[in-house]
Amino acid sequence: MNLMMKVLRYEIHNSIRSKWVILYTFFFFLLGYTLFSLSSDVNKAYISLMNIVLIVIPLVSLIFGAIYLYSSREFIEMMLSQPIDRKSLFTGIYFGTSIPLAAGYLIGIVTPFLIFGKVKEQTEGLMFLVLIGIALTFVFTAISFLITVLQDDKAKGLGLIILIWLIFSVIYDGIMLFVVYYFEEYPLEKVMIALSVINPIDLGRILFLMKFNISALMGYTGAVFQSFFGSTLGVLLSAIGLLLWIAVPLFFSTKIFRKKDF
Amino acid sequence: MKFSFSILLLIILCSSINFSETIIVSKSGKVKSISAALNLANDGDEILIEEGTYEEGNIIVKKSVKIRGKGFPVIDGKGDGEVFTVLADDVLIEGFIIKNSGISYLEENAGVRLEEVRNCTVTNNRFINNFFAVYLAKTANCLISNNHIEGIKKRETNSGNGIHLWYCKNITVEKNTILNHRDGIYFEFVRHGKIENNFSKGNLRYGLHFMFSDSCEYRKNTFELNGAGVAVMYTKNVLMEENIFKLNWGPASYGILLKEISDSEISNNLFEENSIGIYMEGCSRITIEQNDFVKNGWALKLMANSMGNYFYENNFVANSFDLSTNSRQNFNTFERNYWANYSGYDLDKDGYGDVPFRPVTMFSMMVEDQPTSLILLNSLFIKILDVAESIVPAITPKALTDPKPKMSSYN
Repeated sequence: MNLMMKVLRYEIHNSIRSKWVILYTFFFFLLGYTLFSLSSDVNKAYISLMNIVLIVIPLVSLIFGAIYLYSSREFIEMMLSQPIDRKSLFTGIYFGTSIPLAAGYLIGIVTPFLIFGKVKEQTEGLMFLVLIGIALTFVFTAISFLITVLQDDKAKGLGLIILIWLIFSVIYDGIMLFVVYYFEEYPLEKVMIALSVINPIDLGRILFLMKFNISALMGYTGAVFQSFFGSTLGVLLSAIGLLLWIAVPLFFSTKIFRKKDF
Repeated sequence: MKFSFSILLLIILCSSINFSETIIVSKSGKVKSISAALNLANDGDEILIEEGTYEEGNIIVKKSVKIRGKGFPVIDGKGDGEVFTVLADDVLIEGFIIKNSGISYLEENAGVRLEEVRNCTVTNNRFINNFFAVYLAKTANCLISNNHIEGIKKRETNSGNGIHLWYCKNITVEKNTILNHRDGIYFEFVRHGKIENNFSKGNLRYGLHFMFSDSCEYRKNTFELNGAGVAVMYTKNVLMEENIFKLNWGPASYGILLKEISDSEISNNLFEENSIGIYMEGCSRITIEQNDFVKNGWALKLMANSMGNYFYENNFVANSFDLSTNSRQNFNTFERNYWANYSGYDLDKDGYGDVPFRPVTMFSMMVEDQPTSLILLNSLFIKILDVAESIVPAITPKALTDPKPKMSSYN
């Protein structure tokens, strides 16, 4: 544990020094700032922010995680020549990568709200934006770590990473649409709920749609969705879904990392 | 001789002038009830009612009198039957608090009912907890104005309408506030009505509901937060101007639902935050111009049986869907509208985009087909599909375009 904290501290220093996180923070800051100054309507700015967050965070977390792990291979090898616990080292690196990303996002997104004095007006919305963003950061960094330990070839690994991102943010929705059309004769509400809880990006998007009461446009399906995501059970299951997406890839990647031959 | 002639003339003059009397009703005075005053009165008299609460059951007005309240006396129907029933022409009812007409499943008990009369006025009253508030049947040339009408709001079955007109002509309804009734304003078989500056909010069913009511004009009214918005049917020559339809949000809520409406004009209205701004079914030759559609779920839903409608110079801003239709053809015209979703260019700088805009997206066709697919709203996949479809239309109606989309919004 002590070792893990040491690695974590070192990694956080390292990633902040690397300027990428600063750039990332600045990106969200600039995005929020421009959106708020361009549109008079907070809701509109908020919707645009959410859309971009749902695309950018998974992509950046995946790529940043992979590049980071690939480029610190020598460092890892050097560390492993010392008598230290592999598990602590790996978890340290994981949190050392994801925490700066999450923190960078947090600062970048909250500052424009503070500058324009929208925090009070949009407290719930901002909380929501922050939580979804941070959860997605941890989920996709964990996934990228799993890919990275599985695939030693950098090019192949990055290719896989892009594929994974495409699956989560595009192809999965295509499959959902296919299900809707193919099984149109069946009551699909519960299936759709299950499908949307499984994919973290969709989960974020749908929680956000529910917040803007888009469910009213959906008729019966909307009512079922609203009652599920509005209930304690719904919130609990969504949270568990997200936690599993962090825990499972992390568990397997740690397992592989422990036995990996460098 | 000359003298007696002038006396005679005086007598004739006097008898021809109608000396209208004022009868004062008060709790402490000579005449203690409105019914008694009505018995005493002649046509053209005025009845002035002092402050107090009057519980007289059904008050039937058979004479052409002006009934005025002083300091808002309360007329309480005690939940049984009707309060005022007017059966004579030229009656004025002004300045009352009219309460508790009885809920009935057989009769349409009203706070004030005008039945087969002309030239009556109901103005400046407060209607509280009535089944129906103002009810006009087979009546003409009347004015209903400045009333505050507040209903019970229980269920649709035991709530009546705020202002209810049946078989009426030339009625003006203006500056009324109608809250918590079943339908705020209800018209059936009405001709030449003028509905202006009314505020209809929080009604169980519709803010405004009319059928078979040709040649009526609706101006500067506000309809908001009504259970199902506004629904109008089977009517022609309707003029709707400068009204506000907003916050009618729900699975079966509409800014306006137009069914079988023709030869009408809807202009300069604001549709804001309705689940559907305008829903059109079987409508023809309607001109929809210079309206603002802001933040609706669907700004327009145009069913395939609507044709010859003309949409121009409207603003479409921040709607989830600008237009959705179930047709692959197009028999309507869209021109010079401002679409916030338009991403074309204007090389010749004439203020209109050079590339036609397709307001119907692929996704809106899918949602029309499979409502469940709406949960994919805002998904990257859907956006990619929409872009692909807008370049090479396959599913969306090819002919449905705005050939001259405005580059910047109309004020």
